[in-house]
This record gives sequence, structure tokens and C-alpha cells, in this order.
Amino acid sequence: MIHKDAKVLLEVKGLRAKVSGTEIVKGLDLVVRAGEVHAIMGPNGSGKSTFAKALAGHPAYQVSGGTVAFEGKNLFEMTPEARSRAGLFLGFQYPVEIPGVSNSAFLRLAYNTVQAARGKDELDPLEFDDYVRAKMKLLEMDAAFLDRSVNEGFSGGEKKRNEILQMALLEPRLAILDETDSGLDIDALRVVASGVNRLVTADNAVVLVTHYQRMLNYIVPDYVHVMGSGRIIKTGGKALAEELEARGYDWVKAA
Amino acid sequence: MSAVTASHPYVEALLKGYEIPRSGASWLNERRAHALERANALSVPTTRDEDWRFTDISQLIKTNFQPIASSSPPAMSEISAFVAPEAVLRLVFVDGVFAPVLSSTRGMSDGVVVTPLALAFGTHAAAIEPHLARHATFENDVFTALNTAYLRDGACVLIAKDRKCPAPVQLLHISIQKEAAVHPRCLVVAEAGAECTVIEDYVTLTDGAYFNNAVTEIVAGEGARVTHVRLQREAAGAFHIANCAVVLAKEAYYASHAISLGARLSRLNLNVLQQGEGVEVKLDGLALISGRQLADSHTLMDHARAHGKCQQLHKCIVGGGAHAVFNGKILVRPGAQLTDSAQQTRTLLLSDKARVDAKPQLEIFADDVKCAHGAAIGQIDAEQLFYLQSRGLSTESARNLLTYAFAAEVVDRIPVPSLVERLEKVVLAQTQAA
Repeated sequence: MIHKDAKVLLEVKGLRAKVSGTEIVKGLDLVVRAGEVHAIMGPNGSGKSTFAKALAGHPAYQVSGGTVAFEGKNLFEMTPEARSRAGLFLGFQYPVEIPGVSNSAFLRLAYNTVQAARGKDELDPLEFDDYVRAKMKLLEMDAAFLDRSVNEGFSGGEKKRNEILQMALLEPRLAILDETDSGLDIDALRVVASGVNRLVTADNAVVLVTHYQRMLNYIVPDYVHVMGSGRIIKTGGKALAEELEARGYDWVKAA
Repeated sequence: MSAVTASHPYVEALLKGYEIPRSGASWLNERRAHALERANALSVPTTRDEDWRFTDISQLIKTNFQPIASSSPPAMSEISAFVAPEAVLRLVFVDGVFAPVLSSTRGMSDGVVVTPLALAFGTHAAAIEPHLARHATFENDVFTALNTAYLRDGACVLIAKDRKCPAPVQLLHISIQKEAAVHPRCLVVAEAGAECTVIEDYVTLTDGAYFNNAVTEIVAGEGARVTHVRLQREAAGAFHIANCAVVLAKEAYYASHAISLGARLSRLNLNVLQQGEGVEVKLDGLALISGRQLADSHTLMDHARAHGKCQQLHKCIVGGGAHAVFNGKILVRPGAQLTDSAQQTRTLLLSDKARVDAKPQLEIFADDVKCAHGAAIGQIDAEQLFYLQSRGLSTESARNLLTYAFAAEVVDRIPVPSLVERLEKVVLAQTQAA
């Protein structure tokens, strides 16, 4: 929902970022206000995922220029964990498996760490169990996932549900969902999308990074941005996504 | 024969005050005398010996160990933290001396004998004689020879044919005297079809530089099932050298969970001999060390008969300037067809100065077998670390969690919940200190 005078959550100016010495993001500008849903689309290699990872502070992605303010604060002065505690969330394209750490222990540790950082009450294992089970129901996740190791042996769809579960628990101000739709069948996509829709409020915002338009049938964006060669080359509304689906990306570059 | 004519001054020092026991069955006296002879003849290994290439025990040799002074055992309250509540039967040894007041031998079910060896020599000689000092060979091992020469007492677990010991048995060895040289001994015999879980546990109430030279023999008869949890949590300045010989009859099952946490220098030789067809073996190992510790684990899976299965996982977590050694040998003898033996060793190095020497060894003399080994050495995975940080965890707590997870694969498989819980805490405490 667009409100022109809503609070600015994220302000990216002229961002440049490198991966192993190669510049992938080359002067990106973006403003995200509370209540908005943005979609960042673009062909492979256009810099979408690099942008997402640089925002979250992945050590392999070096910021080489520009500024990013998150709720007015310099994001690049914050460690990845400080960004998370401040309310930035990255839903991973490929969530890593962590054998030996139970999902329930991980989720509770993450939840309590972020709660404590925000001056809110932590939950003991029993309280947390009730809390997380309620959230899992919304995502139609089997409670058995709590006892398994983090993402270990999860299918693609299960991993993505687990990402959205974390988003639901951590209640970020800004969630960047990197290719959350990839690897999902149509039923899983609907469940994940409805989970995301439930989490969007007037106080937070979502940036969907996606290659395809299909998720945007379920999560309707306020803005659609097209990335090419490391910057946003076109911005429009929902109709732009449909046009991209019909015509591909080449015409945008040409235009 | 005199005790103090050893070829090696160090062995001589360790044999100082040695007296040949006057009593005892003739078979036992013969074995002790033979062991003493070998101890006198053998020299202490150095890094020039292939089996000790990475493990320099010169510090052990420099320490002047004292004989055991007789002292009153600690109070129960001092050791209660070491007691596994699941173990109904418990034998406690303080500096190698049986402590009846700390032990619990009541409630032995029919066919289950858990008793000090010194008693069992009189009551169960027929069951012990074929095994004691027969499997842990001392002809070429000075430490086993010393232990055997000193054999007076120890832990004895006998499970009769087709009997099952319903709860784990804990054999708790407590060190309290600084600079003591102690020779703990354990014998476990599970007859055909018998079942038991034994916790062999080395703990300390001192921070001294004492020396535990342990020997354990485990015999599993046809179809018997033995689970062996071995916890080495010695003092940081201690020396721990252990030889464990396991002998398996046809279709026996043996599972080992060997955890090394303590000691300045520790060495475990775990030799498993498959004497009958169709055995099943699981060997789990974990060394978690830091500072200047050295933990060496030498294992031998000897498939002397056909249709043996073995799965081995050995893990090391090495912090500070510590040094882990793993030598895992799988031997498939001629005729041991359809052996299925797999070994994995993985090491997590937590610092630039940490070191590991991992040496898998396959020697295969049969042509229809399946054997595999793998060795991996690495640091904390950067992607896993970032994933946890992106969920708000500090670098430190993310590293701790990942280190713990690495250990958990071995720790969580220990079938004694109270030990799992305690080890989880130890692992977390040690990773936080590393």
C-alpha cells in the first residue's frame, strides 16, 4: 500500500557492490517506505541477489560505493547480526543446512536474541514451542520440522517455508526475499505467499527479488523494478511484471 | 626376578616399589610375571616409532611419578556430579583402589556380575581366566605390560549367556593424587546372547600431573551386544594412555562411543578383533581439545572373518595450539569376504595454530569386500556462520553453536541421556573458552 508520506525504511543511493573483485551492482538507487511491497526483477546476472546479500552483510559481497540508510542509520556500519536485530531480514535463495543444530533450538535462539535486543521478553522452551507451532500452522508446516536439523534434508519448498517461518518469528521491519518462489510447486507457492501476505502491515515492507512474475499473482507489488547491468533500469506497477512475463527482459534494455 | 632391572630408566622408575603379589592363582601370577618381564625388556616409544610418530611422550617420561599414598576416598557429595543416574550398578576406583562406599553393586539381576576383579578372582575365576590379560597383548606394548604387571584389582563385568543387564554399568575412575601413576583395569565379558552397556569413565578431583595407564578388555560372545561408552575427562595436566582390546565372536554387536576431552597428553589404542563371521561394529570417536593438549586415537578394525560390518566416525575439534592425531586402520584378512567397512574422519580446526594428523589406513587382503574411508579437515563454514548471524546471533554464539553441532553428531548418539546432557554443556563451555 503506497502512502507518500509513510516512513522511509530503506534508502539506497548509488550502491556499488563486488563479488570476488568483480563489480556486480553498479549504482543502484531505491527507496522503500513502510507499508510497501516492492518486486525487483531481472534476468540472471543482473545483480538482484548480490544486492540482497550486500544489504544483509554477507562477507563475500564487498560494498564499493554508495550509501544505504536503514531507518535513517548507516547500514554499512552495522554487523550482519546488528542488521537483523534492527529489523532487516533476508530470506535466502539457498538456505544452508546446519546438521547437528535442531530447528527448534535454532529458531528459539534467533527469536530470543532478537527479542532481547529489542528489549522484549524472551520465551522459555515450552512457551516458545506453543508460539512457534501457531506460526507453523499458518505456513501449513508439520511440527516434525522442529525436531530436525536446520534445513537438513528439507525439500526446496520446505526450506523456503522455514525461511518464511523465521520471518514470522523475527517480525522484521524490512524483509528481502531472495528468489523465495524458486523451487516451489504451485501449492507451496500459494502457502508461502499467503504467509508473506499475512505478515505485511502498514509498519513494515517487503522486497521480493524474483526472476518470474508468478509469485506476484499472489503477493501484489506496489512497485516493480527491473534490474539490468547492476542498476534499476525501469520502475512501474504490477502491470510491468505482466508485460515482462509476456515480452521477456530484452525490450526493457532496448528501451 | 627383580622388579628394578628394567632396560629403560623410565620403566624402572614406574616399577619402583613394585612387589610381586604373594597370593593369587598361579595363572594370574604367571601372566603378571610375564608382563613384568616384557615391561623390563621393552623401551618407551619415541616419535621414531611409526605408531608414535606424531605423539611425543617425552613430557610423560620427564615426570617423576609417586606411588599411591593410602588416603581416605572422597565423599559421595564430591563425586555425585560424575555419577550417571541411569547406571544402577557402579564401581568406583579412587587412584586405582576400589572404593566400596562410593560404589553401588546392589540390585544385580540374575546372571549379571559387576564386581571388583580382586573379588572375582575368587568367585568367578573360571569366567575370567580365559580372557584376562589374553586379549590386550603386552608382548610389544610397554604400557599394557606395565598395567598387567601391576594387575591387582580392577572392574569386572560378567553377563551370563542370554542375560541382559537392564541398565548401564558405570566404571568410574577418579584421580585425586597429584603425580600418581595408576594402572586402571577393566574386563567385560558378555557371553553368547548377552547384552550390556558399559560406561568407562575417567574423571578427576585434582589438577595435578598424574598418569593413568588404563587397559580394558571386552569380550562379546556369539550374538552378544555390547555398547561401550568411554569418557576421558582427565585433569588438564594429566597423562592418559589407554589400550582397549575388543574381541567379537560370531554375529556379535559392539558399539563404541569414545570421547576424549581432558589430559595434557592422551592416547587411546582401540583394537577390535572380529573372530567370528557376521559381526556388526560401530565406532564413534570425538576429541575436543584446546590449549596445549594432545589427543591421539589409534583404532584398528581387524576383520579376520567374513561378513563383518563396521561403521566408524571419528571427529576432532581442535582449538588453541592443540594437536589431534587419528590413525584408523581397517584390516581385511584373507578370506574375510563380504566385509563392509567404512571409516569417516572429520576435523574442525578452530585456530590457526591448531593441528591435526589424520591417517586412514586400509589393508585389504580379500577380493570381494566393500571398504571406504574419507578424511575432511576444515574450519567453521562461512555460509553457515553468515546464515546464523543474519538471524541475529552474534559471531561468537554462532561459532559456538556450529562447533557444538559438529560434536553433536557423535555426542547425541551416546545412549545415556544424562551423559549427553553433561557433554553438551562441556562442549559449549570448552568452545567458549577456545
